[in-house]
Amino acid sequence: MEFMGYVRENGKVGARNHVAIIPSVNCANDVAKRINSAVANTRSLNHHQGCCQLPPDLDRVTLSLTGLGQSPNIGAVLIVSLGCEGTDVDYMAENIAKTGKPVEVIRIQELGGTRLATEKGIEIAQKLADKIAPYKRQPVDMSNCIMSIKCGASDATSGLASNCVIGYVADRIVDLGGTVVFGETTEFIGAEHILARRARTPEVGKKIYDIVNRMEARAKSLGCDMRKGQPTPGNIAGGLSSIEEKSLGAIMKSGSRTIEGVLEYTDVITDQKGLWIKDTPGREIEILTGMAITGSQAMCFSTGRGAPQGFPTMPVLKICGNPVTFQHLQEDMDVNAGLIITGEKSIDQVGEEAFRRFVGVLSGEKTHCEELEYYNSIDIYTMGPVI
Amino acid sequence: MKAMALQCNPKDNVAVLFDENAFAGMEIEVRDKAGASTEMTINQPVPFGHKLALRPIAKGEDIIKYGESIGMATADIQPGDHVHVHNMDSKRGRGDWKEE
Repeated sequence: MEFMGYVRENGKVGARNHVAIIPSVNCANDVAKRINSAVANTRSLNHHQGCCQLPPDLDRVTLSLTGLGQSPNIGAVLIVSLGCEGTDVDYMAENIAKTGKPVEVIRIQELGGTRLATEKGIEIAQKLADKIAPYKRQPVDMSNCIMSIKCGASDATSGLASNCVIGYVADRIVDLGGTVVFGETTEFIGAEHILARRARTPEVGKKIYDIVNRMEARAKSLGCDMRKGQPTPGNIAGGLSSIEEKSLGAIMKSGSRTIEGVLEYTDVITDQKGLWIKDTPGREIEILTGMAITGSQAMCFSTGRGAPQGFPTMPVLKICGNPVTFQHLQEDMDVNAGLIITGEKSIDQVGEEAFRRFVGVLSGEKTHCEELEYYNSIDIYTMGPVI
Repeated sequence: MKAMALQCNPKDNVAVLFDENAFAGMEIEVRDKAGASTEMTINQPVPFGHKLALRPIAKGEDIIKYGESIGMATADIQPGDHVHVHNMDSKRGRGDWKEE
């Protein structure tokens, strides 16, 4: 089976062909945003990190921005640097360039301020956009697909309908030789024993317990009940009473295949195939960013109450398990898995429909959040304090 | 047609009710995964997607869904009772518990 993708110089295949405008630090965001508004087919990746953080976090931010630029959905990159940030701009430029795509850097302080930097940035971004515009899609094998998974604004339908649909799609992609990455370590709490049983080796099983213990210890360190944080007030209103209940429903979206290993947040998929875990929190902006860093071309996103977020450089397909929400939020939702709850369709029927839609998205069909351009929030998951 | 509740796993002591207008004293149908169904009466209004107890659950006993523990009862629960944060509690991520 094939999809239509952009084959990059390093052999990776993209589902989109954008110019990424990457601020190396939050102080460069406004310049990046202005360049983005002025030049078609650019995407700016405005985040809140990059300075006054401890060294391990600054390294994380450098690696994360590098991974975002390396994504096969990106044809060319413009890095917008302030000039005095804590991230390593040379490392980013050098390592993104290794994929074979054009990379340019502008420095606001060097160019004489934000207005002049914006003008220069627009000129460069326009050249990059013109350069990648003639790239054409070509048929590639489905084994080139890296699908990421997430559930957000979950309710009691998620674990019974939409997550099961994504589990079906995940199994299909693994069976076709592709790669599937799921995360949300917080939502393994109470279900880690089931995931560990599916691990390829005892070491992978132990790693699953380790990342869950690390996340639970972090939550407990503030000395309170984590409820309200997880499950969220929306989850609770939707009928989920505890993190264990949310987790047991959440892991349905990983399907049934063997778990090959555990990736750290900044890890990029090189040639790993099959089903993988990435250690991420559950909050949208940080996990969507983490999955885009992975190199995922597109995401399947399950929701019950209706989470609208997309991501600037990675299409996000919304699969809604709640039939009432689907009717109510039709403009934001892509696939109606609520028909499983009403008894009108089976998990396999909706699963096959979602799989077809997902392959279509890989080949260029727009998701609802792309149509609505609801994709401008990103952020990087950091560990330490802002200092 | 009666309102339908779903029992995910035969071990479960709760089921999820999918009805937008459930009221105290309403007769409902509880269906398991194989499609077999039993009837029962709910004791309080249970919102769409919320749980009801299928059998008596004593305070301190585990609440079971998907065949696994999702927490424990913080009060004695009767069959047909709404089961949620008012009568059950998570056992995980409890920084507020001194020592487990």
